[in-house]
Amino acid sequence: MSLQVEITKKLGNFTLDIAFSATDEILAILGASGCGKSMTLKCIAGIEKPDKGRIVLNDRVLFDSAAHINLTPQQRQAGYLFQNYALFPNLTVDANIGVGVKAPAAAKRQIVNEKIKEFYLEGQENKFPHQLSGGQQQRVALARMLAQQPQLIMLDEPFSALDNHLQWQTEQQIRRILDRFSGTVLFVSHNRDEVYRLCDRAAVLDHGHIDFISDKHSFFDSPRTAASAQLTGCQNISSATKIDAHTVMATDWQLSLTTKAIVPDDIAYIGYRSHYLYPATSIGDNVYPLRIKRIIEDSFSMIILLANPDNNSDDAPTIRWKVDKNIWQDDYHQQQIVNIGFDPGKIMLLSK
Amino acid sequence: MQLSPLIISLQVACVATIITFFCGIAAARLVLKIKKGQNILDVLFTLPLVLPPTVMGFFLLLVFGTNNPLGQLLATFGIKVVFSLSGAIIAAATVSFPLMYRTARGAFEQLDINIIYAARTLGTSEQWIFWKLIVPLSWPGIIAGTILAFTRALGEFGATIMLAGNIPGKTQTMSVAIYTAVQAGNRQLAYQWVAIICIISLITILLMNYWSNYQKRRQQREVKL
Repeated sequence: MSLQVEITKKLGNFTLDIAFSATDEILAILGASGCGKSMTLKCIAGIEKPDKGRIVLNDRVLFDSAAHINLTPQQRQAGYLFQNYALFPNLTVDANIGVGVKAPAAAKRQIVNEKIKEFYLEGQENKFPHQLSGGQQQRVALARMLAQQPQLIMLDEPFSALDNHLQWQTEQQIRRILDRFSGTVLFVSHNRDEVYRLCDRAAVLDHGHIDFISDKHSFFDSPRTAASAQLTGCQNISSATKIDAHTVMATDWQLSLTTKAIVPDDIAYIGYRSHYLYPATSIGDNVYPLRIKRIIEDSFSMIILLANPDNNSDDAPTIRWKVDKNIWQDDYHQQQIVNIGFDPGKIMLLSK
Repeated sequence: MQLSPLIISLQVACVATIITFFCGIAAARLVLKIKKGQNILDVLFTLPLVLPPTVMGFFLLLVFGTNNPLGQLLATFGIKVVFSLSGAIIAAATVSFPLMYRTARGAFEQLDINIIYAARTLGTSEQWIFWKLIVPLSWPGIIAGTILAFTRALGEFGATIMLAGNIPGKTQTMSVAIYTAVQAGNRQLAYQWVAIICIISLITILLMNYWSNYQKRRQQREVKL
C-alpha cells in the first residue's frame, strides 16, 4: 500500500512542483497558508488537474500526463476531509453518511448504522448538518469519508474550524481512526504541534516545493531550511555567514556565535529557539549583553524582545526570548542591558 | 368582454414557463460545465434580454418562416408556428428564457464548491450531484427565476405580435388586446385588460415575497432547534 506523487501545476504566482512517496503511514504536509498544500491534496483527489506528472495509489495509476490517464474523483477512492467539512446541507446525518456507500440497501443500512455508533452520532440520524455542533459536524464528515472505505485518507486542516477545547477531543478521535486505518494518510496543517502529535513523518511545502521529508524527530530537532525552521516554530532566524568551522556571524543581530556542529559552506541562516536562551552572570563565550526592547506577557510565559545594544533604532532586528511564568522574576525593565547566552548545541544551521 | 385573451395569455405563459424552466436550468448547467466558450454562450443566452423584443420576433420569423428549412420541416409534420398559438408560446419562451438562465446560474454559482467536490470524492455520479445537491440547494433561486420568467412571459408583446400576430380568439394575448383596444379607441376595454394584468402580476410578486420570507423564517427556526 503506497502513494507516489510527482506533479507540477502552475498556480497564480508560483509553480507547484512536488514529488514524494508515502507508505502506510501518516505523512504531514506542513506549510504556511497559500503555499499549495490544499492544491496538492486536490490534485491527488482528482478535483484539480495537474499540468504534468504522475500519481499512483496502491499500484493504481490515478493520473499520468504522459499516458493521458486522468481518473475522475469518483474513480479514485480517495477520502477527503474538507476544512469546512462540506456536509450536504439538504441531507440528514444518516443520508450524508450513506452517500458514498456502494452496497445493496441492507448492507448499506448496516454500514451506516455502524458508523453512526462508532462516531457517537446516535440520536442525531435525522438532524440536518446546521442543527449540529461543530464537533458533531466533523464527526459526520469523518464517518461519511470512512463509510466509502477509501484507499487513502486526506485531511485538510481538520482542526482549524474548531474551538480550542474541541480541537483536543477531535484530535483524539482522529488518532483512534488513523490507528485503525491501514493505508496512507496525508495530513495537511500549518500547526506544528498537531503535526508532531499525530504524524510519523513531515514534509515541508514552501512556495510550491517540498523542501524535504524526514521523520518528525529529526525534522523538529534539526530542520535544514529557514522555511522549515519557521514552521517548526523557531522564531529567531537571522541571516548568517560562515567565519570558520565552528563560528558563524549572525548578520542580522551582529553577533558571532560558536557552534557545536560543523558549519556547512552553504549556510545562509541560523535559527535559535526562543526558550533555549538563558540569562548569564558574566560575558563570555556565546554570552552577549543585549538590550531589552520590550516585555510582553503571554498566557503562560513572558516574551522578551532583545536587540543588539549597538543598534538603538526602533526597528533593530529582535531576538525573542521566552521565559516560563513559573520561573519569571520580575526584575527586568525596558532598555535594561542583560547578559544572554546561546547554547552552541542548540544553534540550527540552515540553508536557503 | 371576450375572455379569450386572458385564457390565451395564461396558456402561453404557463407553457412558455415550463419550457423556460427546463431550458434555463440546462443552459445554466451547460455554461458552468464547459471550460471553453463560456462567454460566447453566455452572450447568446442573454441576448433575448437585451435585444428589443421586435428584433427577437424578427429573428424567430426568419427561423420559423415557411421559406426556411426549419419552418418547412415543421410544415411537413403539419406544425405551423407563424401566426399560431405555438408561435406565441415560442416567442414568450424565448424572451423569458434569459431571466431563468441568469437566476439559475447565479444560484448555482453561489453554492459552496467544496460540497460538490466532496460529493465527487465520495464517488457519486454527476447526475446525482446535479439533481440531489445542486438543484435542491439552489431551489430559492430557481423559484425566483421561474416567477420572473412567468411574469415576463405573461406580459410579452413585441416578439409575440411579430411571430404570432394578432388573431382574436387564436393568438391575441392580453398585452396584444390592450394594444388593439387602444388602437380602436376602446379605452374601456383597455382599462379592463390593464387592470387584470396588473392584478395578476401583483399577486405573483406578492406570492414570491411571501414564499421567500417563509423560507427565511423556516431556516431561522431550524437553526434555533
